[in-house]
Amino acid sequence: MSEKITLTIDSQQVITEKGTKVVDAAKSAGIDISVFCYHPKLEPVGACRICLVEIGRTQRDRSTGELVLEADGTPQISFSGNLETACTVPVAEGMVIHTANEKVTKAREDILEFILTSHPLDCPVCDKGGECSLQEMTFEYGLGESRFPLDEKIHLGKHLPLGDMITLDQERCIQCGRCVRFQKEIAADPVLEFYHRGRKTDIVSYSNPPFDSYWSGNTTDLCPVGALTTRDFRFEARIWEMNASPSICSHCTVGCNITLNTRLDPKTGRSKIQRVMPRQNEWVNEIWICDKGRFAHNFTSSEERLTKPLARNPEGKLKPVTWQKAIKIASERLKSHPDGLVTLAGGRLANEDFYQLRTLTEGLSGKLILDSSLAGGDLTARVGLGQGSNIKDLGSGTAILVIACDLEEEAPLWWLRVRAAAERGATLIVANPRETKLEKSAEYILRYEYGEETQTVLDLLEKESEASRVFKEAENGIVLFGSEGMNFGSSQVLAQACANLLIKTNHVGKTNNGLMAVWPEVNTQGAWDMGFKPDENLPEALKGAETLIIAGADPVGDGIIPDLKGKFLLVQELFLTETAAQADLVLPVLAVTEKSGTFTSGERRVQLFEMALPASGECLADHEIAAKLGQALGIEMIQGSAEQVLEEIIKHQPGYASLSLAALGEVPEQQPFVAKEVLSYTGTVFRNTSGVGVQLPSAAENGKMPLEKFTLPQKGFGDGTLAVPVTRLYDQGIMVRTSEILSPRLIKNQLILNPIDAEKEGLSAGIRVEISLGERTYEAAVDIDQKVPVGVILIPRSMGIPLDGPENAVLKAVK
Amino acid sequence: MSKYVLLRHRDIPDIKELKVYQDQGGFKAFKQAVTSLDPGQVTEIVKASGLRGRGGAGFPTGVKWSFMDQNSWPHYVVANADESEPGTFKDREIIEENPLQFLEGVAIGSYAVGAQAAYIYLRGEFWQLAEFLDGKINELEKAGLLGENLFGTEYSLKIHTHLGAGAYICGEETALLESLEGKRGQPRLRPPFPPSYGLYGKPTVVNNVETFTNIPLILENGADWYRNLGTEDSAGVKVFSLSGRVKKPGNYELPFGSTYRELIFEHGGGIINDAQIKAIMPAGASSSILRASDEVLDTPLEYASIRKLGSDVGSGSVIVIDETISMDWVIKKTIDFFQHESCGKCTPCREGTYWMSHLTRQIHSGKKTEEQIQLLYDVATNIQGKCLCALGEFSVMGVLTSIDRFPQDFGREPKGSDQG
Amino acid sequence: MNDLLSKYPEEIKKILAKYPPEGKRSAVMPLLFLAQRKEGYIREQALSEISQILDIQETEVATLVGFYTLFHDGKAGSYRIQVCTDLCCALRGSEDFLTSLCEALEIKPGETTLDGLVTVEEVKCLAACDKAPMYQLQGKDGISYHENCSVGNTLEMIEELRESGTQKQEETK
Ligand SMILES: Cc1cc2nc3c(=O)[nH]c(=O)nc-3n(C[C@H](O)[C@H](O)[C@H](O)COP(=O)(O)O)c2cc1C
Ligand code: SF4
Ligand code: FES
Repeated sequence: MSEKITLTIDSQQVITEKGTKVVDAAKSAGIDISVFCYHPKLEPVGACRICLVEIGRTQRDRSTGELVLEADGTPQISFSGNLETACTVPVAEGMVIHTANEKVTKAREDILEFILTSHPLDCPVCDKGGECSLQEMTFEYGLGESRFPLDEKIHLGKHLPLGDMITLDQERCIQCGRCVRFQKEIAADPVLEFYHRGRKTDIVSYSNPPFDSYWSGNTTDLCPVGALTTRDFRFEARIWEMNASPSICSHCTVGCNITLNTRLDPKTGRSKIQRVMPRQNEWVNEIWICDKGRFAHNFTSSEERLTKPLARNPEGKLKPVTWQKAIKIASERLKSHPDGLVTLAGGRLANEDFYQLRTLTEGLSGKLILDSSLAGGDLTARVGLGQGSNIKDLGSGTAILVIACDLEEEAPLWWLRVRAAAERGATLIVANPRETKLEKSAEYILRYEYGEETQTVLDLLEKESEASRVFKEAENGIVLFGSEGMNFGSSQVLAQACANLLIKTNHVGKTNNGLMAVWPEVNTQGAWDMGFKPDENLPEALKGAETLIIAGADPVGDGIIPDLKGKFLLVQELFLTETAAQADLVLPVLAVTEKSGTFTSGERRVQLFEMALPASGECLADHEIAAKLGQALGIEMIQGSAEQVLEEIIKHQPGYASLSLAALGEVPEQQPFVAKEVLSYTGTVFRNTSGVGVQLPSAAENGKMPLEKFTLPQKGFGDGTLAVPVTRLYDQGIMVRTSEILSPRLIKNQLILNPIDAEKEGLSAGIRVEISLGERTYEAAVDIDQKVPVGVILIPRSMGIPLDGPENAVLKAVK
Repeated sequence: MSKYVLLRHRDIPDIKELKVYQDQGGFKAFKQAVTSLDPGQVTEIVKASGLRGRGGAGFPTGVKWSFMDQNSWPHYVVANADESEPGTFKDREIIEENPLQFLEGVAIGSYAVGAQAAYIYLRGEFWQLAEFLDGKINELEKAGLLGENLFGTEYSLKIHTHLGAGAYICGEETALLESLEGKRGQPRLRPPFPPSYGLYGKPTVVNNVETFTNIPLILENGADWYRNLGTEDSAGVKVFSLSGRVKKPGNYELPFGSTYRELIFEHGGGIINDAQIKAIMPAGASSSILRASDEVLDTPLEYASIRKLGSDVGSGSVIVIDETISMDWVIKKTIDFFQHESCGKCTPCREGTYWMSHLTRQIHSGKKTEEQIQLLYDVATNIQGKCLCALGEFSVMGVLTSIDRFPQDFGREPKGSDQG
Repeated sequence: MNDLLSKYPEEIKKILAKYPPEGKRSAVMPLLFLAQRKEGYIREQALSEISQILDIQETEVATLVGFYTLFHDGKAGSYRIQVCTDLCCALRGSEDFLTSLCEALEIKPGETTLDGLVTVEEVKCLAACDKAPMYQLQGKDGISYHENCSVGNTLEMIEELRESGTQKQEETK
C-alpha cells in the first residue's frame, strides 16, 4: 500500500494516499471543489482553471533539511502568491489548502464569468438541462448579470451531427477536452479533436464514418454541458420526467451495469425506454458502456414483439389463444409423450429461467441443451477467475493471454479494461490468426493458423519463449479464450488446454487469476451453471427429439437445421423467429427490461436486474411459463417470483450457495465518488444503489484442480479457401437490428477477404459473389481488408450465412 | 578579433562560410569539449559564465543543463527559433548571418547534456532559413564536425531542423515540444519540466538561439571573460531588437549595463521626425510599458534594474512609442495579437483575450466610456495569475500598465507622481 | 492509393529519418507542408494519406490544419501575400501600405484578385519589425520574405508572378 499523508483542507484534517490530487483528497473528505476539465478517470490537464485553490506548503531549512517552525512549534506554512489548480497538484504532507476563502471564491466567479461570456443561454431547450454542471455552478456561484454584451457573443453551429449517434452544439462547448481525452486515453480511438484555436476552438471528427468508435456515447456522459448529446435522446424528454431502473446490459457476457431511463409516452399511453445510461460498477464496467449497450434498446418496444400465445389451428395456422388454452395444449402433449423431450435454450435467459426450465425438463426426463458453440463452461466454473478479482486492479506483475477472439467486437468492456491493464504495465499476449484492435496494446502477438489454437497454448506451456516465460513467472495470470474459427469440439479442447496452462503455472484458485470465456451471450455462464450444455451434434440431437421446448434460440433461423417438422414444437420467444413460425405453440416472453432476475457474467459475477417497463401484452417470463407447465403436469417446482426462484437456486445449486439476496444488493464504497449532487466531478453516470453483484468462487478455491487429458483435434481443414465465422459488435441480430440509430453502422451482407485473394479471384470491393459451402450456396458482397489472412474468408455471424466453424468454401462472382 | 560576440558578421562579413568561420577559430571549442572535457565540466563553465537564457525568462543556462534527469535516456536538445513575439527579430539575423556559431553552440550544448540528437524548431515562416540551415548542417556533416564518432570519440550528434507552422504559442517551451511531437502546440502542465520530461517524454534542454550562440566563445575565452563583459547582475552581452518610432531600427548587440538612451538615441538615431519619445516597451508586445522618463532612459540595462522599474528585459525587444501614438491604439494592437495567438486551452486566456479585444476596439474607436475602461481593467485583472502559461499573463501587462501609467490616453485624469 | 507517397517517396523517407521510431508522429507537420505544396491548401484526401503513412487518425492530422495558421483548408489565390500589420510594422506604416496595395489590386484584405493569382491577407508579426512595410509570399516555392516594400515594387513583383505563371502554362502546352 502506498504512503499515507496528512494535510489540512478548510481547517479539516484529511488523511489520504500520497500522490492523490488535491481535488480528490478534498472529495474524500466531503469537500467539493468545482471542476470542468478534470475527471477522475482522465489525465488531468489543468485547462479550465475553475478549480483554483490556495495552497500553503511547509518549509524546510535549506542547510539542515529540517522543517521551519513557527514560534508555537507548528510548521511554518508559506503560500505562493498565485492560486493553483486543485486538479493537478498532488497532496503533500502538511499542506494547508483553502478552497473557499475570499480569494478562491472570487477566482472561481471570475473563471465562471469568463466561461459564460461565450456560452449561449439556451438552457430551456437544452437536453442537458437538469444535469448540467455549468448550470448548477452558475446557480451556485454565478454573477447575477452578464457584463459581456449578449449581442457580441460568438455564434457557432448548433445541432451538428457528429457521427450517427452524437449531436454537437458548438456554441455550448466549453473546451474542457474531456471528450477528446476520453477518446484518446480510454477508448484508444482518437477520432475527436479540436479544430482552430483560441476562442474559435471547436470539436471535429474526420474519421470515416465520422466519430468512428464503439464508445462515442460515453462522451455525452462526460461532457459537463449540453455540447454533446445522443441523437436518440435529443428533445425527447426532460431529465426529471423519467424513471430510473437498475438493469444489466444483455448484449454480451460482460454484464455492464446500466440504468434504464423510462417515461410514459403521453401519446401512446405506454412506457418506453428513453435512454440507457451507465451505472457505476468498478468491478465490471466502471462508469462506461459501449454504444451497442446504449443504443440497441429498441427491440424491447418493437411493434413486432409477440404479445399473445399462439397455437396452430386445424388449418395449420398460428392463431392467438388464451394462456389457459396454451398451457392445456402443452401439458396434454407433454403428458402423453413424456419421452424424447429436448429443451433447447439460448444464453440470453436469466438464471431463474434456466433453473425452472431444468426442473421442468428433468421432471419429464428430458434432455437440456444450450444453444452455443463455445465450450468450457464447466472449466470456468472450476478454474474461473478467483473471487474478488478486478481487472481494474491489474497492472505490472500480471500476464493476460487473449486467444481466439476479437475482444472489442465480442466483449467490448473487457477490451477496454484489458487494454487499460496493459497500459498500467500488465503483459498482454494476444493470439489470433488475424490482427485485431487489441494487438495495439499487446507485448507479444502470437499469430497462428486456424486450427492451431490449441497447439499455440500447448507451446506456451511446453516450448521456451519470451511470452511463455513471462506468463509462467507472472504473479497473476489470466486467460481469455473465445471461439473464433472453432466449433464446439475444438473449443472444448482449447478450453481444456487453457485451463491446464493456468493450473500448471499456478494461476488458479486465487484472486485475479483464472480462466474467462468470451461467451457469445449475456448469461451463457449461468446456463452452464444451471445444467445446460451445448451438444456436440446439435442437428442430430434436434432431429432425434420427439418433443421440443425451445426458449430464446432460433436453430432454424441460424441454419443449424432446415426445419423441425413432424415434432411437437413449443417455442418461448420475443419475436416470431423462423423457428417460432414452425412451432405448434408459441409463447410470448418478457424482455429483460420487463422482468427481474439474475445473470452470471463471464467473470462469474451474479448480478441483479430489475423490471423497468410493464409487461408487453400478455407476455410472461420464461421461468413463469415453465412453472405453469410444471404445475399442470404435477411436477414439484416452485411457483413464484424470480426472487423466490433465486432463493431456491441459492439453496440447491452447487456453487451458488455463497449468494444471498442481501449480498447481491450490497454496494461497497466506490472510487470515484458518483452522485447527482456533484455532476461536474464524474458526469451523468448513475450511482449504483442496488448492488454490484457477487463474484462466485471457483471450485479451485476449495482445493487443487486435477489436470485433464485431451487429444488434439485433427489438424487442418483440407485444401482450398477457408470460410471462418467471426463476431462483429454491430451484427444483424434481432436485438440490434431494431435500433434505428445504429442501423447505418450495422454490418452488411458481406464477406471479407484479403486483397491478394481478391485479386487472384478477380474480385473487388462491392462485387457480389456466390459462396458455396458444401451443398449450400449463399450470395453476398465482397469487402476487402488487409488484416484477413491469405486463403481465408471472414463471414460475420448473423447475416445469413450460417457457419458453425471453419469450412472450405468456393467463391464465384455473380454475373 | 571582432568587437562582437554574437553579431560577428558585422565585421567578419563571410563568417557564414565554413572556411571563414573555421579560420576565426570556429569549431575549436566544440572539438576541445568533445575530446578533452567531461560533459559536466562544460556545464560548469557555462554556469560560471553567468549566462542567462535569452528567450525571455532569463533562467541561468548552466543551471538548467544540470537539471537533466540522469536516470532517463536518451536526452534531447532543442533550439528555440520560434521567434514570434512582436518586436523580436534577433534570432533570425543570427541564423542568417552567423549560422555556424549558433550550430556550434547547439553542438556544445548537446555534448554537455549527453544528447545525440538536437532539433532546431523554427517558426514555419522561416522556411528559407530552415533550408539554409539544412545546407549548413550538411556541410558540417561532410566536414566531420557533426555526425558519427566525432573527432574519433564515442560521441555522435545529429542536428535536425523542424518547422512550425504559424503559432506564437509554440515559442513557449512545452507547447513547442508538443508541436515538435506532431500535436497541437498547447502548453503542458508543469511540473514536470523539460529537463525531466521533455521531447517524447525524455529529458530535454530547450534554449533560445541567442543563448546557444554565446556558448562557443564562452568556452573559447572562459567564463570570466564573458562575465566581465556585462555587469555584476547581468553577465555578458545581449542583442536588442530595436523597432517602432526610431530612425534606425535594427539589432544592436550591447553589453549589459548600457542604457535605453544609448540604444535609442546613439544606435537607433533618435525618434522619427525628432518627435518626443513617449513610451518604451522593453520586451515586445508582452511588455509592461514604461513611460520614457529620463530616469528610465538612463537606467542601466540589467535584469534587476529593469525589473525595479516595473518591467522586464525579456528577450530584449525594445519597441519605441512616440508622442504621436495613443496608448489605447497600442493596446488594441497587442490584444489583437494575443487574442489571435491564444491557444485556447485555458479559460481565462481564451475568453479573456477575446473579451479584451472587444473592449480595446470599442475604446479605440472613440466610443470610450469610463465604464468600458474600468471593465477592461477588471477583465485584465481577472485574467492575471490564473492562466496555464505565460501567454495569457503576458496579454494583460500592456493593458494594465498603459491604463495605470498613461491615464490621459484613456480620458482619465493623471494622478500622483507616477506621471513624470 | 497513396498519392502523396507515390509523388514524393524520397522526401518522405528523408522526413521520417529525422525522428526516432517512437516519434514518428513528428513527421506530420512536414508532411502537411508537402501536401500543401502543389495547390496551396490541404485536401481531405491528403489527411487520410498522411494518416496512413504515420499510422494515426485523420482527425489527428486535421486538428493541426485547424491550429496552425500556415496550413490552409481552403483554396485561395495561387499566391498569398501576407502583410504584417502587427504593432511594430504598424508603427512604421504597414497598415497604410496594406490599404494602398489593396486599392491598387481592387480587392479587400482577405480577398483574391479576379484572375485568381494573389490573395492579400493581414498577418501577425513575422520577425521583420525593423524592415516594415513587409510581407511574406506563400506559394508553390515555399515562403519568402519581402522587406522594406512599397506599393510600386510589390505590384511589379505581382506582375512578374503573373508573367512567369503564363510562361509556365505556355511551356506545358
Ligand atoms: C508565449 C511564449 C512565447 C515564447 N516565445 C519564445 C520564442 O519565440 N523564442 C524563445 O527562445 N523563447 C520563447 N519563450 C520562452 C521559452 O518558453 C523558454 O523559456 C526559452 O526558450 C528557454 O530558452 P532560454 O533559457 O535560452 O531563454 C516564450 C515563452 C512564452 C510563454
Ligand atoms: S494562457 Fe493562453 S496560450 Fe497559455 S494555455 Fe492558456 S489559453 Fe493557451
Ligand atoms: S483546471 Fe482543474 S478542473 Fe479544470
